[in-house]
Amino acid sequence: MTAKTLYDKLWDAHVVRTDEDGTALLYIDRQLVHEVTSPQAFEGLRIAGRQPWRASANLATPDHNVPTTRDERTSGVAGIVDPISRTQVETLDQNCADFGIVEFSMNDVRQGIVHVMGPEQGATLPGMTVVCGDSHTSTHGAFGALAHGIGTSEVEHVLATQCLIQKKSKAMRVTVDGKVGPGVTAKDIVLAIIGEIGTAGGTGYAIEFAGQAIRDLSIEGRMTVCNMAIEAGARAGFVAVDDKTIAYVKGRPYAPSAEHWDAAVAYWRTLHSDVGAVFDKEVVIDAAGIQPQVTWGTSPEMVVGVNDRVPNPADDADSVKAGGMQRALDYMGLTAGTPVNEITVDKVFIGSCTNSRIEDLRAAAAVAKGKKVAGNVKLAMVVPGSGLVKKQAEEEGLDRIFVAAGFEWREPGCSMCLAMNADRLEPGERCASTSNRNFEGRQGRGGRTHLVSPAIAAAAAVAGHFVDVREL
Amino acid sequence: MEKFETFTGIVCPLDRSNVDTDAIIPKQFLKSIKRTGFGPNLFDEWRYLDHGEPGMDNSTRPLNRDFVLNDPRYSGAQILLARENFGCGSSREHAPWALEDYGFKVIIAPSFADIFFNNSFKNGILPIVLDAKVVDGLFAKALGDAALRITVDLPAQKLTLADGEEIAFAVDAFRKHCLIEGLDDIGLTLAHGDEIKAYEAKRKAEAPWLFN
Ligand code: SF4
Repeated sequence: MTAKTLYDKLWDAHVVRTDEDGTALLYIDRQLVHEVTSPQAFEGLRIAGRQPWRASANLATPDHNVPTTRDERTSGVAGIVDPISRTQVETLDQNCADFGIVEFSMNDVRQGIVHVMGPEQGATLPGMTVVCGDSHTSTHGAFGALAHGIGTSEVEHVLATQCLIQKKSKAMRVTVDGKVGPGVTAKDIVLAIIGEIGTAGGTGYAIEFAGQAIRDLSIEGRMTVCNMAIEAGARAGFVAVDDKTIAYVKGRPYAPSAEHWDAAVAYWRTLHSDVGAVFDKEVVIDAAGIQPQVTWGTSPEMVVGVNDRVPNPADDADSVKAGGMQRALDYMGLTAGTPVNEITVDKVFIGSCTNSRIEDLRAAAAVAKGKKVAGNVKLAMVVPGSGLVKKQAEEEGLDRIFVAAGFEWREPGCSMCLAMNADRLEPGERCASTSNRNFEGRQGRGGRTHLVSPAIAAAAAVAGHFVDVREL
Repeated sequence: MEKFETFTGIVCPLDRSNVDTDAIIPKQFLKSIKRTGFGPNLFDEWRYLDHGEPGMDNSTRPLNRDFVLNDPRYSGAQILLARENFGCGSSREHAPWALEDYGFKVIIAPSFADIFFNNSFKNGILPIVLDAKVVDGLFAKALGDAALRITVDLPAQKLTLADGEEIAFAVDAFRKHCLIEGLDDIGLTLAHGDEIKAYEAKRKAEAPWLFN
């Protein structure tokens, strides 16, 4: 038998049929549903008089535009001030009720960002195909699952047929060899990878993240890495199953029951690339060389170490690229050559499906403990990824550390990651953000986003500018 | 999707090239949670004299009498005639949703934007590409005093004008089959329903925990 990549194994296990031209019908084990990309899909079902193929394969929660202030949340869905957001959340509630889909509604303790909620519930399992109408669905690949984002027509297609029409991607392996230095986190690893291969480097590929530095990461860290596979242009990113994966899943509400557990584990243990498996592309990165990262531009690949300087477009031989860099600098209000640790910030956002899990909040709290948010920082907010993360953090006293330091402690949701609700940047404001996209206007029109790890974000909040957390 | 039957309809001549998706349905209407109901806002900026927003009562808005859609000659039109590169712009499916909701079944142009062309078929609309000269001829007839009526016969791939002129058109065989049978992507996949069920049965035996 020929050696298979993990991607081959995941793909082969889900093919229902393949047409002559290679187009496959791929079976989907789990669909996560949220309020923004699902309404037209449900309406499509209604118009065609169709029912979900397997309602229990779907799990829903509102996240993108739920408010995050306690006042607005306590009055329930009816209390959502923005009428469009309110309608979308109400519509999700109604659609889930009508079609028999389990939903963790806005004030359920299990509600949260879909990509935090799914794994937390054990709704994402090793070996599954997972889809959601959201590009950061790649997050779930951390479990050795094949997970990718889809459009609204595809959401409807999966609801109605439990399948997706797909063509197989090429396989890429990114190996992060060796150990990272102290203070270097999963976020720094993935930003460094994107800095290396570029935002189009993964286009057309499914990326397997491998190597000691990836194996050393917790499951939460691996989710952070896989989350940003899409920022490298790949629809899916994943990591092989190991003991940590299995330990993470055990005992979660949607995990296999005791009667099936051993069989499940035996299967999951096969979910790795075979020795000798051939990849279409291999990239190797030395972990020891990775510094804490800060993006300086308007694309995640525009990234440098926290102790580096803002690069000079004139140094780039490629004139098209240099032009793009200059445009980014203009938008970001930065001058080439400025030391990154002299850049001051107006706001700090700790949250999003990239970095809002308990471990992220612990890392940020460890930095914030006993310190104060700097006077020039107008707002520093911490938005837990789910109600359960929030509860856990409060049990550990993290909320009190944040509040004592002058951070705002919010209710779970996507919040300032995409600024669909009231949490946003004003034109010209500069933000240290633990989210995944620094595109123009992503966090509010004219807003300037620097992507960083939770520790670097917390350090920026207390210092008022970027600083190497290891020197704080 | 409804089956595409042979029909005779009025032609509405939209004498413009590069009609983009934002002109077809302006972006303020995309916040809707629905895929139906876009018809009244189709070509909103050209059709009304004021600025349209979701939730407005369109029946009370001032109409741009000079815009073809508002010309009584073309009321009830089911065939849209346009110039080259129709449907350029974003990939939003709202554009075919709006055209379909308004009542258009066929769009004739010398060329179409690629994504729009594909999205049209997905939503039951037949886009027909005709030679620019032939399109010129149709415009001349459609802009006449009486509305031009055309019979669209998809199985025969033929347009028949009221004066007896016949125009053949090309269409991808698979797309044609889907339209005639009323099959959308979902319908096509459901045609393999037995295979999906067989896969599920096999998978359930191997990995029962996936079906909790
Ligand atoms: S947190 Fe941001 S990236 Fe993640 S699902 Fe929400 S909006 Fe998308």
